[in-house]
Amino acid sequence: MRENLHRFFRAARGAGVHVSPAESIDAMRVVAQVGVSDRAILRDALLLTLAKSQDEKLALGDCFDLFFSQPEPRQEQVEAASHDTAQETDQSPSPGASSDAGGGQPPEGLGPLAQMLLSQDRNAIAAAIASAAGAASLSDIRYSTQRGIFSSRILDAMGLQRLRDDLDELTATNPSLAERLRAALDALREAVRDTVSQGLALYAREEAENLRNEILRNAPLARIERRQVAEMRALIRQIARRLRERYSKPRKRQRRGHLDVRRTLRRNAAWGGVPFLTAWKRKHRDRPKIVALCDVSGSVAQVSDFFLLLIHSLHEVVDDVRSFAFSSHLVEVSDILETKSPEEAMREIMSKVGFGSSDYGSALVGFEKEFMSTLTPQTTVIVLGDARSNNLDPRADILRRISERSKRLVWLNPEGRLAWGFGDSEMPRYATFCSVVRQCATAQQLERAVSDIVATYQ
Amino acid sequence: MADQKASTSIEAVESGLAAQGYIASRQIATAVYLSQQIEKPILVEGPAGVGKTELAKAIAAWRGMKMIRLQCYEGLDEAKALYEWKYAKQLLYTQILKDKLGEVLEGAQTLHAALDQLHDFGDVFFSKEFVEPRPLLQALEQPGGCVLLIDEIDKSDAEFESLLLEILSDFQVTIPELGTVSAITPPTVILTSNSERDLGDALKRRCLHLHIGFPEQRLEERIVESRVPSISQTLRRQMVGFIHEIRTLDLKKLPSVSETIDWARVLVLLQAFELDTEIVKDTLNVLLKYEADIEAAAPQVTTFMAKAARSNVFG
Repeated sequence: MRENLHRFFRAARGAGVHVSPAESIDAMRVVAQVGVSDRAILRDALLLTLAKSQDEKLALGDCFDLFFSQPEPRQEQVEAASHDTAQETDQSPSPGASSDAGGGQPPEGLGPLAQMLLSQDRNAIAAAIASAAGAASLSDIRYSTQRGIFSSRILDAMGLQRLRDDLDELTATNPSLAERLRAALDALREAVRDTVSQGLALYAREEAENLRNEILRNAPLARIERRQVAEMRALIRQIARRLRERYSKPRKRQRRGHLDVRRTLRRNAAWGGVPFLTAWKRKHRDRPKIVALCDVSGSVAQVSDFFLLLIHSLHEVVDDVRSFAFSSHLVEVSDILETKSPEEAMREIMSKVGFGSSDYGSALVGFEKEFMSTLTPQTTVIVLGDARSNNLDPRADILRRISERSKRLVWLNPEGRLAWGFGDSEMPRYATFCSVVRQCATAQQLERAVSDIVATYQ
Repeated sequence: MADQKASTSIEAVESGLAAQGYIASRQIATAVYLSQQIEKPILVEGPAGVGKTELAKAIAAWRGMKMIRLQCYEGLDEAKALYEWKYAKQLLYTQILKDKLGEVLEGAQTLHAALDQLHDFGDVFFSKEFVEPRPLLQALEQPGGCVLLIDEIDKSDAEFESLLLEILSDFQVTIPELGTVSAITPPTVILTSNSERDLGDALKRRCLHLHIGFPEQRLEERIVESRVPSISQTLRRQMVGFIHEIRTLDLKKLPSVSETIDWARVLVLLQAFELDTEIVKDTLNVLLKYEADIEAAAPQVTTFMAKAARSNVFG
């Protein structure tokens, strides 16, 4: 049973539930308390100890059902196979062998696996598969391409070689028995394949997911495929959660050594002003105020989309976000992003300002005229765009004024550094007024960029 | 053998809580039983009004133990949760000491001896005499054990969570001047949370995690039956069915068990025998707490009532 539980913990980790050693010890203690005979109680007990949130409970519940339902289908299959063989033996000329479903007396001199298959002892077969799966360390399976090798490993561990020899021998001496054995072997192969598939579903999920996320993180956002957009949104949400957890920690920190005289006097008024309790001055940390200007023309649009999604899911970390989108003229889009779902919001933004050729100069003019007053010395301004202004006046002077009014000016460019300054790219001219210029083409770069911006306020 | 014992004990928990008017689902009973067996706190999460706090009260009443409640809020700190020194008393004693200083130091020939005598005296000031125990320390000092309810832990600051860790895992606290105070009898600890913010992993790891959602229809009927016995069976069926229909709507705040019970009381007071559209519309404000929700639900009342009635006939 302990073996089984350990494998269940591995499967749980595969399903995305974090099971630490301490938790597995707790689970062991709990199982020792409630026993294993009542599955419903066992399920409740494991869910109580291992899962730490509602999502984890659901995942773990599914995992539990999959894991502990394993023995059943396997038995049915062997049973179905045994029906087939039973029918065959009915038709065979020796009625004595068909009297009990297994054909009671397997001939002498066969290997243990052959004997087991012929005796139709389902429990024994299931147990043999389970132990062979253990010997072949099925729980190490990681990728679906490994299915074949694990199946053959399990069969080898069960003694397939010996069975083949027996089969060859029987074909010569006792063809009907050989036929039965062959059918049983096919059923066994099927059962083993199912076991391996289940093993894959249980143990390999985590690895596969990590791999996929890793690829997704480093894929260029601008050229992402349509079917991956939803996955990417999920990934961005995950990134947002991570950033939230990292940066929404307490914002007050005591500054030792600076006495807050007023509060100290008030607090000690009860005992005649004798300062028993001291109160220290506290320093409040500001939360970031962000103004984001996003280019939504052409190839940059997709990156802007993900960037806006990320910025707007950082409520706990960021005090105030105002977003503006432009291709040739500029509009504020904060409200749209706050109230609508990401897909709808993006559609609306695109219908308002998208699909134009970009003109950074007129967008900056528009910003200065209407929204310059939103900038304070605490504001970080983020511009996201490729700085390709179609040879129109870049109005870098406005960018200088923006930079002077704000705390920092960060430019995120989805293009690679090599392309900056070539063709109609105005990047070098803009870069002189920016505190930071970074490339931002993949989810990973996006995360780093936003993380750095938030970190400057800590 | 152990299995038999476990399932009967879980049933015992269920019936024990039921005797206190708390109808527990199997999960809840299992959690209570396990927390008792392996001495771990229970962290209860779920929407407001499903009986998280009530659970602690029921356990205390069932076991005949005292319940100590610590309501969490932003800015709750050690001095209010754990212990505080009785400053005024200390000050008073200092004043007395000042007058008696001569007597205390009498007979001390050298400075060293005088200091020794003073030290003995000084230790008195930081002894148990001068500690004002707050809920957490009180809970550890109960000789017969108690139920410690730490309510709405998600409202407190992250620092407070760390403060709890020592109590939750070892049932002890460390007071710098006194040393470590261990529990005489480990208390049964229940923490509740509305998931307003994510709790730390360290805290979650130390607890059994129990999620109480909205109950099934049968269970909710039993809850109403035990809380409002005077309500007729048909009305009970109808109203619970109706509430289950309401919960399928997309509302700001879904009605939870406490609202169901309130509504049952209201219906009994109005001497209703059956649910009809008129009475539902008049009392909808008992169930729904936002104007927008009431507006969203009002047009659906007739459909829901028909649905609830139908499911009763067949269910």
